[in-house]
Amino acid sequence: MMRIYGEFVEPLPPSGEELSISFFPDPTAIAPQWRSQPLSADVLADYLNRFFTDSSGDLDLRAKRAEIQCAVSYIANELLENAIKFHHRDSVQPISIQVRVRGDRLIFLVSNSIDCFKMERFQEFIEKTLNSDPHELYIHQVEKNAADESNNSSGLGYLTIMVDYMARIGWKFETLPNDAPLIRVTTMVQLFL
Amino acid sequence: MEIKNEDYSVVYDPADTTVNFQGSLRLSGMPEYAPIVELLDRTLETNPDCITLNLEKLEFLNSSGINVLSKFVIKVRQKKTVRTIVRGNQNILWQAKSLKNLKRLMPSLQLEL
Repeated sequence: MMRIYGEFVEPLPPSGEELSISFFPDPTAIAPQWRSQPLSADVLADYLNRFFTDSSGDLDLRAKRAEIQCAVSYIANELLENAIKFHHRDSVQPISIQVRVRGDRLIFLVSNSIDCFKMERFQEFIEKTLNSDPHELYIHQVEKNAADESNNSSGLGYLTIMVDYMARIGWKFETLPNDAPLIRVTTMVQLFL
Repeated sequence: MEIKNEDYSVVYDPADTTVNFQGSLRLSGMPEYAPIVELLDRTLETNPDCITLNLEKLEFLNSSGINVLSKFVIKVRQKKTVRTIVRGNQNILWQAKSLKNLKRLMPSLQLEL
């Protein structure tokens, strides 16, 4: 089984720099796993920062560098939060995040494994997101959250990435032979520089 | 009223009815934000004429935190009597990108970036 939603580019050109980080979560230690995720997002941001170094002291470029670092940190953090939150503890696959430098854009790929029930709910959310104006959906979601105090999840992670950072998002759902019956979901975010 | 740890602080100053945020807030979902939500709610219970959210030193806020601020702005909007100021820092990217959405929720909100 394989299903694609949104803007998921495949195959990616093999050239270019990339950094990958994988977690093999300990199902008995969810809290420490969660704590490592901001660190991972910052590692990615620091790594990418070196591609945009400037020895001339150009202030515009320096500002651009700082902007990219903050954007990478925010986006990587949001993607990892979701991946860790929804990852199935029985999976033999890791939670992974990859970031690639490709010309005019940075490409994030974050993968985790989920069960069929979560897949269906996630796909409903994706379809709603892709069939709406994200700016309108953002406001609708915030108003809905305000009216429902029992809602523990904001549902704003992907929407802020789309609305505030103007990034493109796509998802791939696939069954991996060694991870069945779980489903591997990979989220792709393209951030334009 | 204050919440402080090694990563962040949220402190209410009754003298100028300002909530000062500082550091990096990346808590895990809404349950971990509950103490901050409670602090914000208690400031509203004092029925101030004006309330300021000072975010100038808040370096990082995840989407759950953005949701907390948004829900608070909606609560203030519903009260109709409280003037609201959000003081931010244009040089902190998440603020430059995301704070404008608060004004979409409450057009009378005074956003100072």
